[in-house]
Amino acid sequence: MSRQQAQKVVVAIITAVAALVVIPIILVIAFIVIQGIGAISWEFLTTMPRNGMREGGIMPAILGTVLLTFGTFIACIPLAIGTAIYLAEYAGENRLTRWVRLAIVNLAGIPSIVYGLFGLGAFVLFMKLGTSIIAGSLTLGIMTLPVVISTAEEAILAVPQRFRVVSLSLGATRWQTIRHQVLPHALPGILTGVILGLSRAAGETAPLLFTVAAFYLPDLPASLFDQTMALPYHLYVISTQVPDMPVSIQYGTALVLLLFVLSLTLVAAIVRTRMRRRREW
Amino acid sequence: MPMEPLLSIKNLYFTYEDEIEALRDISLDIYPHEVFVLFGPSRSGKTTLLRLLNRLSDLKAGCERQGLIEFKGKNIFDPDVVVSDLRRNISMVFALPSPLPGSIYDNLTYGLKMAGIRDTAVLEEQVEKSLQQAALWDEVKDRLHKSAFALSGGQQQRLCIARSLALEPEVILLDNPTSGLDPLSTSVVEDSLQELKQYYCIIMVPHSVQQAARVADRAGFMLDGELIEVERGAALFTRPRDQRTEDYITGRFG
Repeated sequence: MSRQQAQKVVVAIITAVAALVVIPIILVIAFIVIQGIGAISWEFLTTMPRNGMREGGIMPAILGTVLLTFGTFIACIPLAIGTAIYLAEYAGENRLTRWVRLAIVNLAGIPSIVYGLFGLGAFVLFMKLGTSIIAGSLTLGIMTLPVVISTAEEAILAVPQRFRVVSLSLGATRWQTIRHQVLPHALPGILTGVILGLSRAAGETAPLLFTVAAFYLPDLPASLFDQTMALPYHLYVISTQVPDMPVSIQYGTALVLLLFVLSLTLVAAIVRTRMRRRREW
Repeated sequence: MPMEPLLSIKNLYFTYEDEIEALRDISLDIYPHEVFVLFGPSRSGKTTLLRLLNRLSDLKAGCERQGLIEFKGKNIFDPDVVVSDLRRNISMVFALPSPLPGSIYDNLTYGLKMAGIRDTAVLEEQVEKSLQQAALWDEVKDRLHKSAFALSGGQQQRLCIARSLALEPEVILLDNPTSGLDPLSTSVVEDSLQELKQYYCIIMVPHSVQQAARVADRAGFMLDGELIEVERGAALFTRPRDQRTEDYITGRFG
């Protein structure tokens, strides 16, 4: 085989492998859409479940997931971005940063069920928050920290050094430089990390098990200290715990969860291109 | 010279993290309203010295320094010196045009805004004045709010000079400001220096010996981290005292 032939074969193989990656995502989405689209209706999205969840809607689970995602945002993002700024802009290589980095790597490696148990011990029992939206948000927030910190730090480090030097040379302080040059430039990248983290948190089941999620609630949560239903856990429940569950409701719920996560990504993509255009140079 | 020096460098030593001695026993006085040129072969310590004058050298970790630099009689390395104020007073223009993302107007007002000046009338006045001084006003007055990156290289560099001028500094540091420019833009920048020295003290690392000779009121020749000799421009470039200076000027090395 000549070198040109070998080249062609290799290109063909890696193209095929890359194409293979697209197949599962298309299949998963197509399968869920086909099976679940029939269940989607205004009633399904906006009413309470009825008849042991076999009929009616999934509104409390949708609301719960929205609340938990928002709660995760509040609990995680300020802490994560603060840490990323510290690591990228202020910290040199010292003992503290080594510990922080070690902590981040280890946080990323902990299985999500362990976060659930940690949340039970730390927030539900020790801090006496009870199984509540606030306990669930804190648990998801901690779980989301590492991915947001790492992507935000990378985004900040990718800002060209000359912008920092120029800003400082014009008499800006270090914080002004971060605030007016580094962060605006890094924002699209940071946002990507935030959405990545949040959409993962929105789809998690295990951390919710002992900290917030309810099997079934007749009423909507009245405060942050109440339990709530949530889409992933609801999906688990109606798929495994309820006999004679119509398949269309299961797939309908899966489709709603999928759409919620995908819409987060979509919003991020739109905001990102808007910001890029505004900061054109 | 009878007047007080604006900047006074006293027995300055500087070593980078990798233990390379970049500056050795530099002593030098620089006066208001002069164009002082620091020239010499690459890696002779010119840029290092320039960056020390407004403490941009702080950005590199692990360096060591001895000696002092006095700005109007006050050591700039004293702990009570506010570095951002110092950098407004001793402003740097870099070798390559380095606009910040944003409009021409944004670039020119950045330093002032960071200093807390919000008054639009003041900002606009400084924008026009600094652009006039940098000989750029006529070319950009109709597109102040367009991206600074849409300007040509020469215009960008004059914008960067104007950006420093807008801060009304007392000293302007020019680190090879014409390195990326064509001959025409270079001569525009060189000409504007003669105008600017009425208002400012200018310390410049030149692009070439020829440029040094063209613009210098006084010049210092640097070699391997040492300041070999300092003389009035005309004298240094026609009758150097040190053999090494002569060799460099006449092109025997460098």
